[in-house]
Amino acid sequence: MRPAFSVVIFTTLTGAGQGLFLAVYFTELVALWSNAVLPPAIFVTAGAAMAAGLALLGLAASFFHLGQPGRAWRAAAMWRTSWLSREVIVLPLFIALCAAYTAAHHLGGTGFAWTGVFALLACAALFLCTAKIYMCLKFLQEWASPLTLLNFVLLGTASGCTLAVSLALALAPQMLNALCGASMVMTLAALGARAASLARNARLRPKSSLQSAIGVANPRIRQTSQGFTGRSFNTREFFHGATPQKVRAVKWSFLLLVFLFPVVLIAVGMLADSPSLLSIAFPVQYFGLLAERWYFFAQANHPQNIYYQAMA
Amino acid sequence: MKQLALVIDLNVCVGCHACVTSCKEWNTSGSAGPLSDQNPYGADPSGTFFNRVQTYEIGVFPDTQTLHFPKSCLHCEDPPCVPVCPTGASYKRAEDGIVLVDYDKCIGCNYCAWACPYGARELDEHKKVMTKCTLCVDRITDQSRAEAERKPACVMACPTNARLFGDVHDPESEVARAIRERGGYALMPEWETRPANQYLPRRVSGSSADGK
Repeated sequence: MRPAFSVVIFTTLTGAGQGLFLAVYFTELVALWSNAVLPPAIFVTAGAAMAAGLALLGLAASFFHLGQPGRAWRAAAMWRTSWLSREVIVLPLFIALCAAYTAAHHLGGTGFAWTGVFALLACAALFLCTAKIYMCLKFLQEWASPLTLLNFVLLGTASGCTLAVSLALALAPQMLNALCGASMVMTLAALGARAASLARNARLRPKSSLQSAIGVANPRIRQTSQGFTGRSFNTREFFHGATPQKVRAVKWSFLLLVFLFPVVLIAVGMLADSPSLLSIAFPVQYFGLLAERWYFFAQANHPQNIYYQAMA
Repeated sequence: MKQLALVIDLNVCVGCHACVTSCKEWNTSGSAGPLSDQNPYGADPSGTFFNRVQTYEIGVFPDTQTLHFPKSCLHCEDPPCVPVCPTGASYKRAEDGIVLVDYDKCIGCNYCAWACPYGARELDEHKKVMTKCTLCVDRITDQSRAEAERKPACVMACPTNARLFGDVHDPESEVARAIRERGGYALMPEWETRPANQYLPRRVSGSSADGK
């Protein structure tokens, strides 16, 4: 598939927003449960507001993927059958609940507890909807796996925790060690899941073949003409057009930028007590996530490509 | 329930592209607006088509056949492109099984095109909505036309009668009989989309019989 940058930016920003909400919410929840010192209210409100802001930016980016953005409101109609429609409903809900959680915190009282639970549910539902959009396309075999969901959850949570480290540097130094630990644990867990999906996809055998595509059993078939010498939607949308070397380079880049570098930056930053190392971990990881999501799309091999192998 | 569809006879398709050009002509001239072309006379042309004819070489020289293979939307009985549509623009008509796009509801998100294993849908670069074969729905339902002309433009244009059109659910129809008696088959059966359009396999005699 050709990676659409609007969708790459949308899924990575929203994922980081969801992860940041989880990081902030669980920091508070764990403190409540363990009767420890609560994180400063400013950290929680700023974190939740930033989570809503990232998801809002993601939503804005998603409009650039539409041919008719003015009709986007129509996309909420088919929630009974379409995961995309469900995502369109749940994403604004998550943003609204994050904003409500922020407001409840700001106003004080116990309202934040309930809004937090609802925001948590919306966050989980949003991860499910986003992943299911890809998982439910069974002939895109690279995506049709529970690992897709696991990766969206873990990569979003890891990047959110890493962003929470930057936030804690400024607003909640007493939470720094816990959040550094969370960022490293989640990043390593995400590495495990992403490595598993890379290994799975490397072993995939395409179910469709030229034989099944045109219904001829002969093992020796080649296309001599796709039917036109120009380009078309089919030749643009489903081919990424990058060389195998570039695709490999992107893979190794994201393995370093998403997983290795942030963990090293945070570990060294903690040991050396260096705020600058800690604060560059998130930009590095986010940049890597752009490469990771590009690769996620590029790696998916659409069966329609079987029909477009020879121009003339 | 009625299911209109095409049956393509691969024995007689000569790859002349008359179905491609007549499809483009009919569907670019109707009230739904043009099927746009970009840079049609330039070095890098591109455009929207509902129907293409591809060519394949089967076997190894000198024992080869050339197969001309018309390809359009298969109007699946279980179309994966329909349930994924977030707006309901993509739908399958209950009365005749044609899979259609409501251009006024489509937001151009491309998700239905991703969900079609056959690559049967094309986003029109000018209209910015998803387009696809309609089986010339505006022609086959036009009561002002003589009944013999209420057929898709591609069927009317085919000089070798390689394209049959009718209700595949009516066992007495020409298309149902052709599928039954001549081994009609569906494309990519592995995805269980149950395409309504089917293809009639080559009946080859002599030395190049190892096609199918």
